[in-house]
Amino acid sequence: MKINHHLDEATLFSYVAGSLSQGMALVVACHVSICDTCKGRVLETESIGGALLDGIASDNISEQLSEDGLKQVLARLDEEEPEVLPDNKITSRFISRDDVPAPLSDYIGNSLESIHWMRLAPGFFYYDVCKERQGICRLLKVAPGKSLLPHGHQGNELTLLLRGSYEDEMGHYTQGDVVDVDDQVEHQALIGGDEDCICLLATDSPLRFTTLLGKILQPISGF
Amino acid sequence: MMLAEMAVTKDKSLYVQLYQHFAPKVKAYIIRLGMMEATAEELTQEAMLNMWRKSHLFQPGKSAASTWLFTLARNQSIDWMRKQKYPEYSWDDIQESSDDVSGVDAGEQAVQSERVALAISQLPENQAQVVYMSFYEGCSHSEIAERLKVPLGSVKSRIRLAAEKLKLTLRGEQ
Repeated sequence: MKINHHLDEATLFSYVAGSLSQGMALVVACHVSICDTCKGRVLETESIGGALLDGIASDNISEQLSEDGLKQVLARLDEEEPEVLPDNKITSRFISRDDVPAPLSDYIGNSLESIHWMRLAPGFFYYDVCKERQGICRLLKVAPGKSLLPHGHQGNELTLLLRGSYEDEMGHYTQGDVVDVDDQVEHQALIGGDEDCICLLATDSPLRFTTLLGKILQPISGF
Repeated sequence: MMLAEMAVTKDKSLYVQLYQHFAPKVKAYIIRLGMMEATAEELTQEAMLNMWRKSHLFQPGKSAASTWLFTLARNQSIDWMRKQKYPEYSWDDIQESSDDVSGVDAGEQAVQSERVALAISQLPENQAQVVYMSFYEGCSHSEIAERLKVPLGSVKSRIRLAAEKLKLTLRGEQ
């Protein structure tokens, strides 16, 4: 798979810091799982986290560990480990032919074929992956030849192409590419090729539709 | 390397040494994330227990012990705060690359950490601030923008500039 569009450094940094919303962190984890370039960048950024941890001096009394903390942990080392689900970090990059990256499979299972899509309009389907305090995290399935309504953003929007392709004013995107945009960008995506385009999309605040139709449909569509 | 050795030998005396070195740092990190003292203590114990239980997943060629501990502590805290698992990437097939900075021994790691600490102290204040707000306060770009009353784009460009400098430092290029 040739991936041409990668994560913004600021997005990647916040993912490693643990400060991205659940949905946006999921899109990042999915892209990183299939992109060696961004995986290398994440590892490097994690080293910054390691250095920050290493540099912490715990001279504050309340930060000192209680004296019997070590004893308590030592007593638990030989405990039978609780049964855990397979760790994402040791599964393969795609867990099925259906192009479901490993982190996403925790939410939707192993196949894009078994999703109960909700119909939004002719040729447009969605599935909410997880609930967000602000913004959304959903799968979108759009038929070829369709275009999304032009929109801008109040915050960040991350889109990972899982199947098919689309293009907007900034480029052409295919499987594995990530589109990482914010309030500086207004765009309208046109679905290309001859198969449905399926993507995982997360935002951290509502979209800003730029046409009257978009504004009318916004409360209905949940964007 | 002590952690890698412990993963193989399951030697508890090595565990004790690692605990004494890392547990206070992990607890201090978790307190900086805004946890109450008792919760921080509990999460620290869980993270340190994971250091033992998951040590077979530690890959010394790919990251330093403190880097791995950082991800354990971060995940433990976020999972507790959000009541759901922070999405983690799979990394079974990371390509080894020549510019891999993470395969370092403990001595090199200490030097590297000092270099990064120095580099952070030398960042312009507005860049250091976004690094701390991201790592220690768990603030998203929008939250930082709101609190500092600056546009989202400025927050992101400050983070980019800071990340770039810190990575150059890690690579020993600055």
